[in-house]
Amino acid sequence: MTASNNADLRRLLRGVTLPALLLAWWWAAFRFGWTEAVLVVPIEKVWDTAVRMSSTGVLWQSLGASLARDLAGFALGSLAGFALGIALGLSRLLENLVGPTLHTIKQISLFAWIPLISVWFGLGDTAKVIFLSLAAFFPVALNTFEGIRSVPRELIEVGRVFALSPGQMLRRVVLPAALPSIFNGVHLALIYAWLATLGAEYLLTSGIGIGNLLTDGREHLWMDQVLLGIVMVGLVGFGLNLAATRIETRLLRWRGNSTGQY
Amino acid sequence: MTTLIANHVPAALPAVRRPRLRWNHDALRRFALSWPLPLAVLLLWSLAARFEWLPPQILPPPSMVAATFIDLMASGELPDNLWISLWRVLAGFAAGAAGGLALGVLMGLSPTAKDYLYPSFRAIAQVPSIGWLPLLMMLVGIGEALKIILIAKAAFVPVALNTYKGLENVSTRFIEVARVYRFTRWQLLTKVVWPAAFPQVWNGIRYGLTHAWLALVAVELLASSEGLGFMIVYGRQLYQLDVVLAAVVVVGAVGFALDKVLALIENHLLRWRRDGF
Repeated sequence: MTASNNADLRRLLRGVTLPALLLAWWWAAFRFGWTEAVLVVPIEKVWDTAVRMSSTGVLWQSLGASLARDLAGFALGSLAGFALGIALGLSRLLENLVGPTLHTIKQISLFAWIPLISVWFGLGDTAKVIFLSLAAFFPVALNTFEGIRSVPRELIEVGRVFALSPGQMLRRVVLPAALPSIFNGVHLALIYAWLATLGAEYLLTSGIGIGNLLTDGREHLWMDQVLLGIVMVGLVGFGLNLAATRIETRLLRWRGNSTGQY
Repeated sequence: MTTLIANHVPAALPAVRRPRLRWNHDALRRFALSWPLPLAVLLLWSLAARFEWLPPQILPPPSMVAATFIDLMASGELPDNLWISLWRVLAGFAAGAAGGLALGVLMGLSPTAKDYLYPSFRAIAQVPSIGWLPLLMMLVGIGEALKIILIAKAAFVPVALNTYKGLENVSTRFIEVARVYRFTRWQLLTKVVWPAAFPQVWNGIRYGLTHAWLALVAVELLASSEGLGFMIVYGRQLYQLDVVLAAVVVVGAVGFALDKVLALIENHLLRWRRDGF
């Protein structure tokens, strides 16, 4: 018990060594006047900025706006992707009709859509949410499709033996078997939607958000605000990731851990 | 049970007897079916432009986009910008992938190095490349260095992560077998660990290239005066949507080509895997 605790502690200490050294160096650079650069701000200033922006509420408003559009776009895009993925997975005809076009459009780098979307839908929240849903759409659609296609034939045959109706087959056999792959897609969609939120806020510059915080900071050369923005971006990404992993483990618990046992 | 078996056997026989013909027929059918949707979209688009349901600045007719594409190719504007973008993405990707491989191998082979480096690596990876963009713009300006660094970072993270995971996930059973055969450490690494980890490492490289291309377009949209992304921004500012669409098509085509090249290399490199099964 103590041995494993010691090992954990040692691992933790090693893990924080590098960041601690970096922070110490940063702090010392100002404390002992190693740098005269205007751009580089002392470490305390980032903290002060965080406190100031959080007490005026700017930080929370920006975060709220970013998260709201992130989740709205994510929800719309994943639902559409899920529906199309199921349709393509269940029907060979649809797959042949739509699949090649989908795979071709997928190749267009995500951000290349922004200028087109800005012409068609403006710079407001509509345009942003449409762009975000596009970001979430492809991974969910493709992974749902792949998941359904790789459902073992045996399972379908068992379902046939039980004379399940198509609806029952979908709900009780196909979707549960495809669930890990679908989750994979949803997880990717969450990551891409957050990436796209930043891109949308940089390029469709209206309204507020974490991305606007970053671009404003850069334009005014406020390094403290930029660094704070980056930390927020990282924390949100981390939080979304963690939530996705938690939900995934919970929902997939029924599968047991047979694959992890050998 | 008997019906299942009975159903399977006769179906398998003709397939073995004439696989070529069936494949051709299937492929032909797939090919034919892949066209109606894009053609319908194209038709709708032409009609919308023809009857001016939307003003041409917002939706230029396909013929105009095609004409612009040919013009831009002939004038050299499109090829020039394409080469600039390709050079950037390849330089950044090469730097990022090399760094990612080095870090991944280090963390995968040395648990001590992993303990020191992995948490910091995860923290950096948590912020998407585009999040670092404003900071980098302040630190290195908006020159060529910015693009290369950002693209390299985009490629670096998936390569490092997958290399590390690939090495870590090598089955201990392979290593035990190698011990039985008394492999030296070098033999163990080159003949067992590396081949076993390679598919995932390669996966990381493919993701790396995709992310590099994504980052390139983003950085060129935001801070560049040449390249495909710049053409898109420029066309957008002048409301020349034909230029935008032509450039977007090229962006898609390059993304497709890069992915295909890696898939071909993968097939070539992983030939040995198929022989066993």
